[in-house]
Amino acid sequence: MKRTMRSEKYDESLEKSIRELQREQRHLRLLKLKKNKLAIIGGLITIFMILIAIFAPLIATHDPYDMIVLDRLKGPSAAHLFGTDATGRDVFSRVLYGTRVSMFIGFSVALYSMIIGMVVGLFASYYKVLDSVLMRICDGLTAIPSSLLAVALMSALGASEKNVIISLVAVSFPKVARIARAQAMVVKEQTYIEAMKASGSGTLRILFRHIAPNVLSPVIVQVSFAFANAIITEAALSFLGVGVPIPQPSWGNILYEGKEVISKAWWMIVFPGAFTAAAVLGLNILGDGLRDLLDPHIN
Amino acid sequence: MEEKREAVLRADNIKKYFPIRNTFGKVINNVKAVDGISLELYRGETYGLVGETGCGKSTLGRTLINLMPATEGDILFEGRNIAGMSERQVRPLRKKMQMIFQDPYTSLDPRMRVGDILAEVLQIQNIGKKEERQDMVMDMLGKVGLRPEQYYHFPHEFSGGQRQRIGLARAFILDPEFVVCDEPVSALDVSVQSQIINLLQDIQQEKKLTYLFISHDMSVIRYTSDRVGVMYLGHLVEEALTDYLFAKPLHPYTQVLMSAVPSANPHVKKKRIVLEGELPSPLNPPSGCVFHTRCPYAKDICRRECPQLREADGQHKVACHQYQ
Repeated sequence: MKRTMRSEKYDESLEKSIRELQREQRHLRLLKLKKNKLAIIGGLITIFMILIAIFAPLIATHDPYDMIVLDRLKGPSAAHLFGTDATGRDVFSRVLYGTRVSMFIGFSVALYSMIIGMVVGLFASYYKVLDSVLMRICDGLTAIPSSLLAVALMSALGASEKNVIISLVAVSFPKVARIARAQAMVVKEQTYIEAMKASGSGTLRILFRHIAPNVLSPVIVQVSFAFANAIITEAALSFLGVGVPIPQPSWGNILYEGKEVISKAWWMIVFPGAFTAAAVLGLNILGDGLRDLLDPHIN
Repeated sequence: MEEKREAVLRADNIKKYFPIRNTFGKVINNVKAVDGISLELYRGETYGLVGETGCGKSTLGRTLINLMPATEGDILFEGRNIAGMSERQVRPLRKKMQMIFQDPYTSLDPRMRVGDILAEVLQIQNIGKKEERQDMVMDMLGKVGLRPEQYYHFPHEFSGGQRQRIGLARAFILDPEFVVCDEPVSALDVSVQSQIINLLQDIQQEKKLTYLFISHDMSVIRYTSDRVGVMYLGHLVEEALTDYLFAKPLHPYTQVLMSAVPSANPHVKKKRIVLEGELPSPLNPPSGCVFHTRCPYAKDICRRECPQLREADGQHKVACHQYQ
C-alpha cells in the first residue's frame, strides 16, 4: 500500500535528483584523486608490477627453467635482455616470473593480515578479557625481530610458497591488529555507536557494519606497507635459502644465485634488486598517498 | 493536569556506580553518578531534568532506558522491570524507548547515507520489507523537515540543525512511547534551538509521547517541561510542576540555579547568589545532605542525615531539612 504511494509521490523527480547526486559525488572523488599525485604514481608502479606478474608468460623471452649451458653467465644482450645466470637460464624471464611469485606472496600476505588483523583488533577493542589475551600474543609476536621470526617459522614449517605466506602473515598481522584496535577504541566511543545500541543493535552488527568501515582507512594504509614489507622479507628469506624452494624463480632466489658469481655477473644482482626496490617504493608511495586520500577530515 | 495520570515509567531508588579498580581488578572505590533516585514519568508529559555539568543527569537518562545497567534499583517500564534485563531481553523494548543525543556531529555514522542510517534502525527491529522501510524513511525525513531525496546524502553534507533533525528522525521512526532527550539543543545555535524544540513538541502532541528532557539551560527547561526535577551530585533535590518551581524554588540549590538565569528585562535588578567552593567529587560525596558543603543555611543535622525527597506544599517535593 505504501509502496504505491511512493511511486506516485516521489519516484520520478527523485530518480533524477539521485542520479545527479551520484554523478556529483563520483566527480568529487575523481577530483580528489587527481590532486593526489603521490597516490597516482604509487598506484601506477604497483599496477605495472601486477601487470608484469599476470602477463609474465607472454612477455618472457625464454623458459625460466631452461638451462642453455653454452650461454652461461652472458651479459645483457638482444637475445638475453638481462643476461644469463650460472646455469645458462635467461635472467629477464626469471625476473618476470619472479615478479609473479613475489607479488603473489606480497598480495596474499597483505590480504590475510588485513582479515586476521581486523578481526583480532575489532574483538580486542570490544571485549576486555579478549583484549588482554590477544594483545599479549601480538606483543609477543612483535617483540621478536620480524625476519628472525620468519626464518624460525620457515625452518619449523619447511620451505614452500604456502609456508612463506604463513610465516609472513604471522609477522605482519599483529601490526594491523594494533592499528585496528587503537582506531576501534576511538570509534566505539562515538555517539553513533551508542545510538545503534539504543536501537537494539547486536554486537556483531555494531562491530562489522559500523566500527569496521570507520577503522578501515588506517588499516588499508598499514596493509599497503605490509605488502611492501612482505616482498622485502620474502626476498630476504629466499636469499638466506629458507624462502621459496629453489628452482622456482623469485627475486630473492635470483639474488641468492647471483651472490656466488657477484664479481663476474653484476646483472644477476642489479635487475632483481631494481625490481624489488621499485615494487617496494611504489607500494610505500601508494600507502602514503592513500593515507591522505582516505582521511575523512579532508572530505 | 488531569487527576488520573498513567505512569509510563517508574524508577525506584536507582543507583548507578562506576567502580574504580586497582591493577588487580579489585574495586577500591565507586563514582556515585546516580545515588538513589526515584521518579515517575506520566504519559504525555515532558519531565525536565536540570543540574550542572557532572551531576549525573545524562547517566540517569541512559540508565532509565537501560543503555547502562543500573547498579541498584527497579525500573518499571509498562509494568515490566527492565533494570535487571540483559541486552538481549531489552532489545524488543528498544523501539518503545528511544534517545536523542546531544552532539549532532558525532551521533551519525560518517560513512553511511542518512537514509541507510534510518532504514537500518527499522531493519534491526524487523519492521517492514526493504521497499517499505525506504518509504517509511522518506516519509519520516519529510516529517522532520528534510527533503526525501536527502536520503542519499552523507551526514557531512548537513548543518548542525539538519543533523539533529536526522537524529530526531532516527528516534521517532520506531514510533517510541518514551524518549530521553539528552541536551538535544545544547550544541545548536539559539535560532535553531527553537526550531528543534518546536519540532519535538509537535511530534509529542501528535503521538502523546513522554519526554525526559535533560538540560542545563533553565530557560529551555521552563519553555519545554511540564514538570522539573533538579539534580545535584547524583541526588534529586527538588521536583515540582514547572510553574511552581519557577515561582517559588524551595531548595537552596534551586534558588542558586534560578538566580543565575539572565533576565530579559534590564531594569529588574536580580540578586545573584554565588555559591562558594567547588562541586564535591562524586567519588567521595559529603556525608548527610550532599549540598551541605556549599549551602548557606547548613545546620548540624544536614551534616549528619541525608534528607529524603518529601512533599513540602502540594505539588512541591523537596529534599531539604528546612522543610521537614
